[in-house]
Amino acid sequence: MIELKNVSKYFGEKQVLFDINTQFEEGKVNLIIGRSGSGKTVMMKCLVGLYAPEEGEVLYNGRNFHHFSHADQRKLRAEMGMVFQGSALFDSMTIEENVMFPLDMLTDMGDKEKIDRVNFCLNRVELPNVNKLYPAELSGGMKKRAAIARAIACNPRYLFCDEPNSGLDPKTSLTIDELLTDITHEFGITTVINTHDLNSVIVIGETISFIYEGKLAWRGNSQNVLTSDNKPLNDFIFAQPLTQRIRQTL
Amino acid sequence: MIHRLLTIIGEYFLFLRQVFSKPEKWRIFFKKLVEEMNAMGIGSLLIVAIVSVSMGSVITIQTAMQIESSWIPTWTVGFVSRTSIVMELCPTIISLLLVGNLGSRITAEIGSMRVTEQIDALEVMGINPASHLVLPKVIASLIVNPVLIIYSICFALVGGYITIILSGSVSPYDFMDGLTYCFRVYDIIYAVTKTFVFAFIMSTVSSFYGYRIEGGALELGKASTQGIMVSSFLILIINVLITQIML
Repeated sequence: MIELKNVSKYFGEKQVLFDINTQFEEGKVNLIIGRSGSGKTVMMKCLVGLYAPEEGEVLYNGRNFHHFSHADQRKLRAEMGMVFQGSALFDSMTIEENVMFPLDMLTDMGDKEKIDRVNFCLNRVELPNVNKLYPAELSGGMKKRAAIARAIACNPRYLFCDEPNSGLDPKTSLTIDELLTDITHEFGITTVINTHDLNSVIVIGETISFIYEGKLAWRGNSQNVLTSDNKPLNDFIFAQPLTQRIRQTL
Repeated sequence: MIHRLLTIIGEYFLFLRQVFSKPEKWRIFFKKLVEEMNAMGIGSLLIVAIVSVSMGSVITIQTAMQIESSWIPTWTVGFVSRTSIVMELCPTIISLLLVGNLGSRITAEIGSMRVTEQIDALEVMGINPASHLVLPKVIASLIVNPVLIIYSICFALVGGYITIILSGSVSPYDFMDGLTYCFRVYDIIYAVTKTFVFAFIMSTVSSFYGYRIEGGALELGKASTQGIMVSSFLILIINVLITQIML
């Protein structure tokens, strides 16, 4: 289990996260939701160790990540996969090389074994026959799927996705959501997703942490997210005319 | 101002500490090193040759024009041209040219990786991005730049020789006599040593400015300019120091 305990993060004088306490459960799809600029990405970067919080602890199975030795941090990071908002695929490498990269760097697999694993991951995200293409030759949705394939290449225990649906059409967003849910349950991964996509919130959120102006304003799941009486959460969920109509029917 | 300068210097040395750590996988490191040497070396051959021939021609014409006296032997033109080309013009001017050419490429490449979160992706995987991305570039430039300078010296001397043949201001035999007169291997060692230090400055400073970018494309342009300016300034300062120490 991953846990944030009293986490606060500052950039110079500006405080971005305020005393966050939340948990991300093992083998489940855990969502961090909130408006743009609410601190979701900063929170995720604290989780993966890209930012060190000034106050509080990021606990992996009860151990503070930022107190790990360098070797232990590396070991834990080898168990992490991350899908970035802009995919962050390496431009100079083909898709096959991108997915193979963590295998090259972090494992001692033979060439045949690596190719098999790459093909398995690409097939799993439904991206066959793109091995020799470069990221620039793929659509946004395909890039996201290639990034997911790279993130799961080393059989991660933890999968972090920063706005995996941003910039995608509703149909492709659905496909990515389904894919992330399936992968999470199939491989028993602890998945943490940053999103403000309402379909993700309603359909795939097994635990949901709602961040409002840098504070944890609500915690729940997809079953009770629509019926909460939390005002900032309702303002966020029912901001659009379509969702306001849904609310009237509830 | 001083606080900011000291902070940047401190960050630069911390960055160097990250860069000069053991590569994760030697096989990947050597593969990247060969790729970088290829990109840096082959990509610069034409421009270095053109600038060197032009520089050799101009310095020979100017020297020949200055030494038009019956008291001074004509082979002096070759001697002075060679000394200027070997000891100062090629190592310094070509290194400054390479700062503009290779240095800006390094800043742009690393900076765009920072902006598009590719460096963050490496970090999350548990890979030291500074060592993985920058070390091959630094080592490649330390190998390639001195070779390019020797190549440049050859082209500059050939440029001077062709100019002498075409202009007829000095006999080609006298010019060749001057080129070989009192030749010291130490001059080449001096030139290569300077180039080696300049290559280190160019590659590390350019990488540093690319690596520390925060923001978007606008910052990338600024970082590229800053990298070139700071590298060039440091090269000019270090040039004086090395000259004072070695000569």
